[in-house]
This record gives sequence, structure tokens and C-alpha cells, in this order.
Amino acid sequence: MAEKAKNSTKAPKSYSAEKLAAIESVEQPDTPVMVNVDHVTKQFRLKKTISLKDEFVRFLLRRPVPDRGMFTALDNVNFTINKGESVGLVGLNGSGKSTLLKCISGVQKVDGGHIETRGHVAGLLEVGAGFSNDLTGRENVYLNGAILGMTKEQIDNAFDDIVKFSEIEKFLDTEVRFYSSGMYMRLAFSVAVHSNPDVFLVDEVLAVGDEPFRRKCAKKIHELKEQGKTLVIVSHSTDQVLQFCDRAILLSHGKMMADGNTEQVLSVMLGREVKK
Amino acid sequence: MNGSKKQKSTEDDSLGDLTTPGQSKGLLSVFHYRYLLSLIVQKDLRVRYRGSYLGMIWTYIKPLTQFFVYYVVMGIFLGLSKRGENYALYLFSGMIVVNYFTETFRVCTRSIRSNRGLVKKIYLPRELFPVSSQRVAMVHFWPQVAILFLFCVINGWFYGVNWRHIVAIVLGFATVSVFGLALGILFGALNVFYQDAENFVDVINMLSPWLSPIMYKASVVSAHLPDWLMHIYLLYPVTASAELFHYGFWYPTTDQTEALSSHLLLNGGIGFGIACVLLFIAEAVFKRLDGRFAQEL
Repeated sequence: MAEKAKNSTKAPKSYSAEKLAAIESVEQPDTPVMVNVDHVTKQFRLKKTISLKDEFVRFLLRRPVPDRGMFTALDNVNFTINKGESVGLVGLNGSGKSTLLKCISGVQKVDGGHIETRGHVAGLLEVGAGFSNDLTGRENVYLNGAILGMTKEQIDNAFDDIVKFSEIEKFLDTEVRFYSSGMYMRLAFSVAVHSNPDVFLVDEVLAVGDEPFRRKCAKKIHELKEQGKTLVIVSHSTDQVLQFCDRAILLSHGKMMADGNTEQVLSVMLGREVKK
Repeated sequence: MNGSKKQKSTEDDSLGDLTTPGQSKGLLSVFHYRYLLSLIVQKDLRVRYRGSYLGMIWTYIKPLTQFFVYYVVMGIFLGLSKRGENYALYLFSGMIVVNYFTETFRVCTRSIRSNRGLVKKIYLPRELFPVSSQRVAMVHFWPQVAILFLFCVINGWFYGVNWRHIVAIVLGFATVSVFGLALGILFGALNVFYQDAENFVDVINMLSPWLSPIMYKASVVSAHLPDWLMHIYLLYPVTASAELFHYGFWYPTTDQTEALSSHLLLNGGIGFGIACVLLFIAEAVFKRLDGRFAQEL
């Protein structure tokens, strides 16, 4: 296990240290800190369900207790995000982006360091997590709105906008089990963007619906930015990160490799020149 | 300069302080989410009765079927109905307490796992799920209470009732609710890690109608148990609640000459205390394990 830990502290060869060092940092606006990620470490035990039968067989064969190794998902990650910033968390699969977002939203707890957030934080973590197939569109708007922290009055007020934005007026009183996947996602996304949080956590959800709807979503995100909302975006889409984020944080095997100018960070990550 | 500074500070105030995400006041924070709670209860009921023509009528059919089986087998075949007045009311008033308890215990235990989609993706105080599950059990409980009350009234309940009977009913309901929720929270959390919890709960639920004096009288048990064990038996919160319901609903319909188990209200009070302590412990365990739910599911 010690060996494993040693391995994970080594920077992956794919990112050259020189290029990483050359990334310019982005000056943060003089606004309150909204997300403070303070030397955060998160480990997972590599899990295998143990059963009594397994234990018994092991006892009979006198095998040693198997070593269930630890996996470091986040390793001493440290940054702050101020009000009005939109920051992209980038990295390859398994670099810890989504885990970090889950820790910020409070779904998962960190093992070392700590995270603080200010104001109302809402996640667009996998749209439609709170949807129930047996409820109608209308009922799901209320249920999902409440899950995202809205009061009944707030949902009442935003209801027409939500429906209009999602373009599913005709099917509002149909159970969502009969929705096409596009309709489903549009409604879910629409509720989420209208939940009006101070910090918006977005995980791979901007690829919702067809081209016109995606443009509409992009417009909405830009609107949120202009309103001074804080955005944290996880995406594999280079275009989206370039489009929405002024600052990007590169993660690799749970370690923070870079924090700075989006174009430069993405260039290092992809190994080729990236321009807006 | 001064003005802008002022504006900024008010903006800060409206946003509040930096806080650690994923921390809640536990069970108390559920009150803060009353609206969401009611929506989750509605959703659970909808899911339960989807594609069902009879829908909520099932909540009447199930306990009545159970009642008739018990009544015919225990009351008539085994002759228990001859040993006391209004055996049917005695049976039904205890039976609905145990039913409420077993359903609460069962659905709460499964609640975290069955809401894993939400637990894994969005932070909410997780106590919401067992609490909403108990609300669903309550929705099934009230119609049974209504039926019981109706038959009690027909059998002259109003002629024999006084304030002690009312206190007994309220205390009985409170005790079984708190006890069921406490066990539900505890096993709901354990069930995330080991699904054995579900099976264990099923076994307990199978025993429950026999463990408490529902079909038989508590006095029958005292002939077989030493005194100290009998005390424990009567303090077991489900038994205490069933006895309180017997006293509150069935007893006023009789001529009130039958000997009751002694210190009935006191036992109920102690049973309630035990349930509260257990809820406190269960919540502490739940809170400890809560941080690992998302990654274990």
C-alpha cells in the first residue's frame, strides 16, 4: 500500500512540468469567497463485499485477510473560488473531478482538510436525479424544485418560466415515464437553472437535448454569469469549458496540476494549442 | 468609496457565512424541509399504487383480511374470544399498533437504499427518507384507526371513556411512532452497508404479532415468565403501545371489570422514554455513518 501511495504522488508523465509552470494564473475578483477548498484529501477503500461464506472459506483454507487497498481520489487539493467566477474542473477520466464536485455539494465527505461554501449551493449533478417516473411533469417540477432547495412560493413564481424554457407545455400533465429522453432532460435542466442558487455546480449536463436547446442552455448559463452567479463546471467538452470558464483547474490522479488561464490549461491537458 | 464598501458588506450578509457542506442538524432539519417531505410522501404513495385500480382501498383490504384470519383461527377455533368481552375489538386495537410498527420498521429500513439515486447525487439531510417513509406508514395507519374507532363507538365506547383512556391512546401512538422511527433510522443506515439488515428486519416483523399481546392477553404470559422478565416484556415499547391502545379503545367498550396489567400508564411512559433514548442513539449512529452513504451505495 505504501508503494501505491508513492506511485500516486508522482506526476503523470503526460503533462510536462515546464508547460505546467508556464500557465498564467488568473487574478480573482475582489469578491467574497464562495467556495473554499482547503487542502482536501479524499480516499476510497477499494471495496469488495465480504460475506460470511467468503470468511468461512478463507478460515478453512487458512488464507490471510486480503488487503483491501486505498485509492486516493483527491490529494491535497487547495483553491478558492470567489463570487462571480466561473471555473472549469478539467482532467481525464478518473482524475477526481466529479468526486471533488460531490464533496463541494456535500454529498460526500472529505477525509482530510475541509471545504466551506457560502450561500445556496445547488448541483446540476446528473440532471433528473430527483425525477420520479410515476409523477407527471408538473408534479416533478415541484418535487425537483423542492429537492433543489426551493420553497413552494418560489416554484409557483418560477413555474411558467420553467415550463416555457423546457418547451414541454403540451405534456405537462403526462407522467414523465412517457417522455422522450430529450423532453425529460429539458424539463430537468429547466428546473435546475431556475432554482436560482448562489453557486451552481454543473457536471456534464450541458450536452442536453438538440442543438437549438443546447444553444438556449448556453445562453442561460451566460445570463447566470452576468448576474454574478458563481459557476463550477465539470466537462469533457473543451468547447464548453472554453466558452463558460475564465479559469480552469487541471486535476490528474486526484492531484491539482494547474490552476489558471483556461486556454493554457486545456492546451497542456490536450497536448495541442487550444484557442477560443 | 464608503458607499461601495457598505454595499459589498450587505451583499456578504445576504449570502451568509462560509459553512461546511453536507452538515445538517439531523432529525431537526427535517422540519425545515416540511414541504419537500410532503412531496416525497405523495411520490411514495403514487409509486406504491401505480397502475392499481383499487389503489388506496388496499390499505383497508389487507388489515381486514389479516384481522379475519386471526379472529377465525385464534378467536373461534382456539376459543380465545370466549375469555373476554369484545375480543374482536381487543384483537383489532392491538393488531393495528403492531401493523403500524412493522410497516414503519420495514419501509424505513429500505428507505435510504431505495432512494439511492438521490442520496448519491444531491445533498439533503438523509433523515428525510426514513421520516417520509414513516409518514407513508402513517397514511396506512389512520384508516385502520378510523375503522377501529367506528366499531368502538358502536360498542358503547362513549359510555365508558374518560381522560385516562385518551391519554393512553396518545401516549401509545407516540411511543410506537418514536420506537419505529428509531429502529428504522438505525437499520436504514446499517442496510446501506449490509443488506442483511433487511432480512433481519423481516424476521423481527414476522415475530412481532406474536411477541406482543395482540391475540392473547398479557396476563397469559405472566403465568409463564418470572416477574422481572414480565416487567421487561411489558416495557418493550411495542407491547406497551399495544396495551395502551387496548386500554384506550377496547377497555371502555367493556364493563371495565377485567383485570388489566398493573401500572399500565406508567409502563407506557417508561416505554416512551426508552423509545426516545433509542431514537437519540439511532440518530447518533445514523449521523456517524451518513457521510459514507453516497460512496457505499
